[in-house]
Amino acid sequence: MLQKIHGQPSRAVVKLRDASCPAPFPHTLEYSSPARGTWNIVHTGMLLPESHQIYICAAGCLRGVVLTAAEMGAMHRFSALEFREKDMVNTDNETFIIEGITTILHRLPKLPRAVLVFTACVHHFLGCNLRYVYDTLHRRFPKVEFAECIMDPIRQTQGITPEERERREIYRLLKKAPLDEKSINTIGSNLPLDKDCDLMKLLASFGFSLHDLTGCQSYEEFQAMAKSRLNLYWNPFTHLAAKDLKERLGQEFLYLPQCYDSESILRQLRQIATTLSIPLPDFQAKQQAASDALREAQEILGATPIAIDLSFTFRPFNLARVLCQYGFRVVQVFSDVVSREDEEDFRWLQEHHGDIDLIATKNADMRLFNRASREKLLALGQKAAYFNDTPYFVNLIEGGGLWGFHGLCRLTRLMVEAFHTPKDMRSLIQQKGLGGPCCL
Amino acid sequence: MKQTATFISTYSADTFGVCSALFELGGMVVMHDPSGCNSTYTTHDEPRWFDMDSQIYISGLTEMDAILGNDQRLIKDITETALLQKPAFICIVASQIPALIGCDLQAAARMVEKNTGIRTFCLPTNSMHYYALGVYLALEAMAKLIIKDYPRSAAATGKHKRINVLGLTPLDFSVNGCDKSICGWLEENGFSVISRWAMGSTLEELQDSHQADVNLVVSYGGLGAARVMEKEWGIPYVVGIPFGGMKKRLLQRLEPSCQEPSSICAYLPSTTTPHDSSLENRVLLIGESVFSCSLAAALEEEYRRPVQVICPVETEEALLRPGDMRATDETELEPLFSDASVLIADPLYRPICPSNVKFIELPHEGFSGRLYRKYIPNLMESFHDLKIDE
Repeated sequence: MLQKIHGQPSRAVVKLRDASCPAPFPHTLEYSSPARGTWNIVHTGMLLPESHQIYICAAGCLRGVVLTAAEMGAMHRFSALEFREKDMVNTDNETFIIEGITTILHRLPKLPRAVLVFTACVHHFLGCNLRYVYDTLHRRFPKVEFAECIMDPIRQTQGITPEERERREIYRLLKKAPLDEKSINTIGSNLPLDKDCDLMKLLASFGFSLHDLTGCQSYEEFQAMAKSRLNLYWNPFTHLAAKDLKERLGQEFLYLPQCYDSESILRQLRQIATTLSIPLPDFQAKQQAASDALREAQEILGATPIAIDLSFTFRPFNLARVLCQYGFRVVQVFSDVVSREDEEDFRWLQEHHGDIDLIATKNADMRLFNRASREKLLALGQKAAYFNDTPYFVNLIEGGGLWGFHGLCRLTRLMVEAFHTPKDMRSLIQQKGLGGPCCL
Repeated sequence: MKQTATFISTYSADTFGVCSALFELGGMVVMHDPSGCNSTYTTHDEPRWFDMDSQIYISGLTEMDAILGNDQRLIKDITETALLQKPAFICIVASQIPALIGCDLQAAARMVEKNTGIRTFCLPTNSMHYYALGVYLALEAMAKLIIKDYPRSAAATGKHKRINVLGLTPLDFSVNGCDKSICGWLEENGFSVISRWAMGSTLEELQDSHQADVNLVVSYGGLGAARVMEKEWGIPYVVGIPFGGMKKRLLQRLEPSCQEPSSICAYLPSTTTPHDSSLENRVLLIGESVFSCSLAAALEEEYRRPVQVICPVETEEALLRPGDMRATDETELEPLFSDASVLIADPLYRPICPSNVKFIELPHEGFSGRLYRKYIPNLMESFHDLKIDE
């Protein structure tokens, strides 16, 4: 039996100074760590109120999505059409999808307002005429909106990812409406923005109303997002949706990549103010508070090693840079790629903190990673916690809804809290879709 | 319409059955798949993932590689990783797209074996079958692999009869100690357990299987390996799980078959008539064939009520009792449920159970994954807690 091999992985770890960008690690077989907190397409789809999801795929593909719904306690909003072996050759798949979805919708106690239909890789390879499928479904169910999603990971390295497409298709359900100058959306995020963050307070102080799918309680409330003049987003899977909304509804957009350095935060606040034609308030006190919070946290953590992973934030290198600049001892960054937004910070770290280990999360050699921590380590993110086998970790994903200077203050508080208080890492990280409903 | 699941879950897939069966044997299993299979299996279907290292990977197949038939990347990636990690064997399984495009995994396996010197094989999965078939294929392949190297031993002479247990995976037995209870019961009854295919045994222990006098098959997944061992080593097998009154029946079957080889299914009735579908107070039990039929036989003996099994995953007619049946789809199952007075099933079947039918929850990892894992009973120890009359 292969029990806990503690060998040093040879291909999954590289010193930052030696790492290439944007792909630091060669392609090889892929491993899946037990950290499950990130959201998948089922979780994201469930954010749309009064909607139903239907997946058409093989048992192996269905398994993950159906049990995601089950673990969310949302089986009543999930259905499936199982593609079987005979369907590769003996089935008119257009008819199969149309009749299958018709059967499902007729069996539901009430017609949903919207159905997120997920076809799969196989339909692409079979050349299934999805236009005909959706035209027919629209005729049969004129009161139901269909979001044309695809779960096709085989195309994700060279084309649109399922996450990008899903976001575009969800927001494509918004119907054109007169734009309201005082209405703004945040789009694409799985997690709600912290209500006390600088962005929320800034917009509220100038009388803007902010709409976000994560807060929508009804389909009407979702449709009200069509009236917003501006879409703000920081989730990088949202570019397509933002562009599509601009083209279709005339909504402007601002991409505000997650950031942890004062200069970038101020730049983003200025961008927002300029776009909305409002004066920028003085953020000096908040900036100082964030800086003080970082210093205080550093004094408490001292030389404690810190590991950051890519599920914690979309900008692990930016966060690592800021922490290093404040004297924190960042020793590991877990990331399989370097995003375009993070490249400058990656280069800075290479030059100034080249000793940091850059570690892959999916590389097959991570199965052999030595998880035994030699000293108390603080992990920022579930994967960093798992790979270091540490109970001292901040349990957030995708930035956790933190934003701006206020977000930095909260982050430092969470770091100190995590440093002092161990968590049940094993059970916490294995729950899917952190921040969403979970029946486990 | 068939193949629709408006309200219920789906069973674990053949690829995951392979991974589950081979998990503890020190080999490497590579699912030739773009993405998702590995996290699905290790999240929902593999309770050992956090605590026990096993080399289960996916290939990360891309659209371009699929269209251009670039199998070289698969071969290279497996070769490089295997040379570093030195698995005892390598098993390659296909998910849907490699199956669709006719990827020649046999050739890939031969190339990997040539490159690494490590025994490599592929199995005909496609993610469109259920886990039971995957377990069957994997254990059968392991038996064929082992048989090449190990001759049949001499017949038992000692006091303890020697036995292998075939078909143990968490997908049917979870990790609640049921596998250990089965083996413990065998040992209490004078058997020496040589190997457990494949929970709680190393590959080396499996390689000792030829020393056994009889095999106990505890799921359809173990049947292929049992047949290989019967043919090549002359080891007879008995099918069944010692739940409740099945203990006595199994012991009776195991004893003679140790002396006089004849493979049999212990829960098949010798005198009773097939179930009358019009019988009132009918109890329906849905699940894997050997598990459910063993449990049904034990319940019938305990309660003197007919218990009909519906097997939704792969099996053979010979493993079902007269009157038991196979059905998978929600639209097939619903009318059957309507005719029952009691339904024993995984909680995820509850939405299609009529309100006037008594629903007894019996979580099944192969259906609901980890969701109800903590509630899965070890029926070897708690059979009498399953009360259908109250």
